[in-house]
Amino acid sequence: MSTMNRRRFLRTIAAAPLAPAAAGASFASFAALARAGVAQADVAPNPYRRLLVLVELKGGNDGLNTLVPYADPAYYALRPKLAIARDDVVQLSDRAGLHPALAPLAAAWQARELAVLQGVGYPQPNLSHFRSIEIWDTASRSDQYVAEGWLTRTFAGRPVPASFVADGVVIGANDLGPLAGEGARPISLTDPQQFLRRAALAQPAAAAGNPALAHILKVESDIVQARAHLAADHVFRTDFPATAFGNAVKAACRVVANPAGVAAVRLTLGSFDTHVNQAATQARLLGELADGLVALKSALAELDRWNDTLVLTYAEFGRRPKENQSAGTDHGTANVHFALGGRVAGGLYGEAPDLAHLGSDGNPRYALDFRAIYATALERWWNVDSRNALNGRFVPVDYLRA
Amino acid sequence: MQPRLFAIALPFLATTVVVAGTAAAVAAPMGPEDARHLLARTGFGPTAAEVRAYALLPREDAVAQLLAGVRTTPVTPPPSWAGETGPLRPASLATATPDERKAFVQEQVRRGLALRAWWLEEMLATPSPLTERMTLFWHNHFVSSQQKVRVARLMYEQNALLRANALGNFGTLLHAASKDPAMVIYLDSVQNRKGAPNENFAREVMELFTLGQGHYGEEDVKEAARAFTGWSLERDTGTFVFRPRLHDDGAKTVLGRSGAFDGDAVLDLLLARPETSEFVVTKLWLEFVSPTPDEAEVRRIARAFRASNYDIKVAVGALLRSPAFWAPAQRGTLVKGPVDLVVGTLRQLDLAPPDALPFALLTAGMGQNLFAPPNVRGWPGGAAWINSNTLLARKQFLDRVARNDAGAPPPAGIAAMKPVTAGAAARDDGSMDAMAGAPARPAAPAARDAAAAPRNAAVTDANGAAQRAARAVDRGLRNLQFDPARWVAQQDGATRDDKLRAARTLLLPIAAQTPVPSDADARAAVYALLLDPAYQLR
Repeated sequence: MSTMNRRRFLRTIAAAPLAPAAAGASFASFAALARAGVAQADVAPNPYRRLLVLVELKGGNDGLNTLVPYADPAYYALRPKLAIARDDVVQLSDRAGLHPALAPLAAAWQARELAVLQGVGYPQPNLSHFRSIEIWDTASRSDQYVAEGWLTRTFAGRPVPASFVADGVVIGANDLGPLAGEGARPISLTDPQQFLRRAALAQPAAAAGNPALAHILKVESDIVQARAHLAADHVFRTDFPATAFGNAVKAACRVVANPAGVAAVRLTLGSFDTHVNQAATQARLLGELADGLVALKSALAELDRWNDTLVLTYAEFGRRPKENQSAGTDHGTANVHFALGGRVAGGLYGEAPDLAHLGSDGNPRYALDFRAIYATALERWWNVDSRNALNGRFVPVDYLRA
Repeated sequence: MQPRLFAIALPFLATTVVVAGTAAAVAAPMGPEDARHLLARTGFGPTAAEVRAYALLPREDAVAQLLAGVRTTPVTPPPSWAGETGPLRPASLATATPDERKAFVQEQVRRGLALRAWWLEEMLATPSPLTERMTLFWHNHFVSSQQKVRVARLMYEQNALLRANALGNFGTLLHAASKDPAMVIYLDSVQNRKGAPNENFAREVMELFTLGQGHYGEEDVKEAARAFTGWSLERDTGTFVFRPRLHDDGAKTVLGRSGAFDGDAVLDLLLARPETSEFVVTKLWLEFVSPTPDEAEVRRIARAFRASNYDIKVAVGALLRSPAFWAPAQRGTLVKGPVDLVVGTLRQLDLAPPDALPFALLTAGMGQNLFAPPNVRGWPGGAAWINSNTLLARKQFLDRVARNDAGAPPPAGIAAMKPVTAGAAARDDGSMDAMAGAPARPAAPAARDAAAAPRNAAVTDANGAAQRAARAVDRGLRNLQFDPARWVAQQDGATRDDKLRAARTLLLPIAAQTPVPSDADARAAVYALLLDPAYQLR
């Protein structure tokens, strides 16, 4: 990390804890925000011409073997079986290097389009998969229960144009993650061609009746609307990897190729829940991730959309620094994530975990709140309000070029 | 599928007995709409014959008859390996070649598929759908998954345990399910040792099995985990074993009570809390009554549940007799789960597939992979069952069933309904994850993409599995041979209009959202009813 980056970043962290104002800021202030959002939408240009791609590394990827602190003896002491040798890493700095399976991302790093975010987490971490991913998806505090995803709240406050295919497209997963809850127009699909073949079975109808029926009718209407704006026949020169994730990337690119826009795409790769024999599984998955992201960049560059694309990875948590007795790792806290895109300011951000001073549970303290990363996506990428979506104010991290 | 005859015949016999026994009572027969409601909520899509039989009973007698008819064992013979005893993994596996290991894993995957097919077949065949609905309810409460347990025989044994106690005693079930070998693996009790506690089971037993979130603290979890130390598994027999040397027998404080508790003592402490009865009754309310539990009613029924020392029949019976259950406003307020939709459709259309596996794969594609809930919280259910992907998978299934009469073209004349072409449908299914064995993964690639130079053997395997699943589903749907004209002709009523009305009452819990055109023939009418949004509800 350059001195400049580091100083700027430290300032960001110092400012972050002023975050969540109150358990639920008063209703009046939310209402005022919502009104302000609507008023703004009347005059401002559509912010959602810029694309956000979220990649969920389901199960909790091991950050310590993703960005390897290859110069730290404590790392090798904690990982007698799983440590990655200094000579094998893809060196990013004199201290840190990427897992060898991520070598395909080296070109993006050299082009300064890859930001590596270290120590990403949140206060009072929850180590349950489903509760922790709920905290991430709703961008809420550890002790706060919120029904809507952070993107749902974003789109409810600042609507996506009706001419778009959908607010967000979830590819290859049955949960809607950050697009869950009422208030947005999410589409979930596996393959856009299959979606179009089936979509004729949906009928337009006004939402009515009991809540269950109203929900079904809303989904039918969303399908009808998406079908009207979606084509799935774009042919790319890019060679997509023949993996499940590669197919999901191809599906995403076919959706993005439509002249009708889409604000966000969510992809899922997993499972990274590597309690046992982690090395082979993680290498395979990180390889799929890297190949998939390279294909994504190539295909979106074909469409001339790469400079309008921000890719963020996320996961429910990281894994414990000390390996377990099954050559695996257990649930941890702070993690490493990526921001990738034509306007990303490449480099290392945040703080590597201090392996010499782990907490009593064997996990490091987080250095960078994930909601600060989301704040950048909302305020600097889309230029929309982030306070309601993130349940509080978080100072954005400067991982985008001005 | 032989047992189906039995399934249809039994309510008739039972009806005769009950009606004779209550001849002097004044309670009126509840009629077909109430009967349909009761049976749809307590089973899977009721058949016309079942509705006809129950319609003659007063509500109270119908509930009593349902509860009296529950079973503790399945009628469908389990897979041959289900009764195996002995080591969970052959000792030779330690020194096995990679090929031998692969063969072992493939055998477990094959067994997992056979297990799903077996349970779906039981749901179709059982004379007591309530038993299977409650077994499914407990599968989603005391969650374990084949994805982690990886021994199909243990998943079968857990399923048998849940069925044996499905409407038995909750306290007995809690103790037994906690020590169930699949659960001991799934929630890491095998790793929970004195001096090195694993909190997984201790946390989930409080949060998801008994008290619910907010009724315990982190210290309670830590202390309870110590009490559960020593619970383990005998690898040579696959049975539960308590290992005293791994048990922490020191004093613990759990929920304000102190003592040298062991695991059973902690479970009893949890059962003594009123929150446990309220938590379970609330979940049962969501299953049977409505998506919005009435707090006062829940408290009333929970008190009765506790007073009965946790007799599950007391709780379920009270819910089925409650005014809220019968309220007209609550009809069709629950979303059918995928298993409910698929099993119910086959039952209601009197279809008995020779092989249930394709239908288990279909439910997986709709988001409900039996024996593999997504996580320990289970399937969230309710409105979360429905997104664009799962709704289209459901409609795709219904479209194919409704049109499957000898490959006829889609019914014409229904405005705004354009079923997908038969050719496209044949290539198309939503069931890929199940065969590949990884529900958390994005669905495996479509068939034509498989030809595009797979990079490694694992990918080829995944694509191959997905293609086999797609072909199995296609074959299963092709073999159904639904004949709508004959089916409508069998419905009650003297005239064609009466019969169509009876069909609508049977299939839809509330008014059709897209009214069937008055000139529609049987095929078009049934198609319209099955594809109606209201058909997704119960």
